Amino acid sequence: MPTKIVVDCSTGIASEVELTAEEIAQLEADAAKAEADRKAADEEAALKAAQKAELLERLGITEDEAKLLLG
Amino acid sequence: MAATFTKIATVTVGSGGASSIDFSSIPATYNDLCLKLSARGSATGGAYAHYAVVSFNSNTSNRSWRRLAGYSSSTYSDNSSSVITMGSIPSSGATASAFANCEWYIPNYAGSNYKSWSIDAVVDTNSSTDWENYFMAHLWSNTSAITSIGITLDSGNFVQYSTATLYGIKNS
Repeated sequence: MPTKIVVDCSTGIASEVELTAEEIAQLEADAAKAEADRKAADEEAALKAAQKAELLERLGITEDEAKLLLG
Repeated sequence: MAATFTKIATVTVGSGGASSIDFSSIPATYNDLCLKLSARGSATGGAYAHYAVVSFNSNTSNRSWRRLAGYSSSTYSDNSSSVITMGSIPSSGATASAFANCEWYIPNYAGSNYKSWSIDAVVDTNSSTDWENYFMAHLWSNTSAITSIGITLDSGNFVQYSTATLYGIKNS
C-alpha cells in the first residue's frame, strides 16, 4: 500500500500513513493528467519544430539566417 | 523583505520511499513561506523524465505558470494554464544518487489575494548530457490562505533521503 509522510506543522510531528482509496484514486488521476499534459506539450513542441523546419526549407535559409532577418 | 527565516518542519523520506510529502496545519503567523526540496524519484527515466506535482490545500486547480529553462545543450521557455506539474525530478536512470534541488518562495501565503510564487531549481546529475536548470513563475488563482502543501510525483515514489524543509519568513 502506498504511503505518504504528513508533517503537522503545528506540532512538528511527522507520521507515515497509508493512502486511502480516495487518495490513491486522486494520485492516479493527477498522474494521468500530468502524463497527458506532458504528452500534449511534447507533441505541440514537435509540431512547432516541424513547421519551423518546413518553413526554413521552403525559404531556403538556415535558422541562423532567419534570426539575422528578424534581429 | 525577508528579515527572519524560521524552520517550520523538515521531512526526510525513509527506506521504504513515499508517494507524497504533505505539510499540514501551516501556521498563518509568517509573511512568506520558503520550501526547499531535495528529491529523487523511483520511476524509470533520466534527469528530467518525471515531474513533481504540487497542491495547495489539496487543490491543483486554477494554476498557471511561465518557465525559463536550460537542459543539456538547449534552452526553452514555455507556459501553461492547465499543466499541474512543476519541476523535473531525477529518476532511476539518472546518475546514481543525484537529486534535484528546488527552492519555492511563496510570498503572502496567508493573504486573501491570488498567490504568486516562484521556483528556482537545478537538476544537476554530474552529467554533461542529462541535466536541467529552470526558473518558474506560478500563479494560484485562489484567495484562500495556504494551510497545507502536498508534493507528489507524476510517476513513482520519492526515494530514501529525499528531503523537504519548510521555512516561515517574517519581514521584521
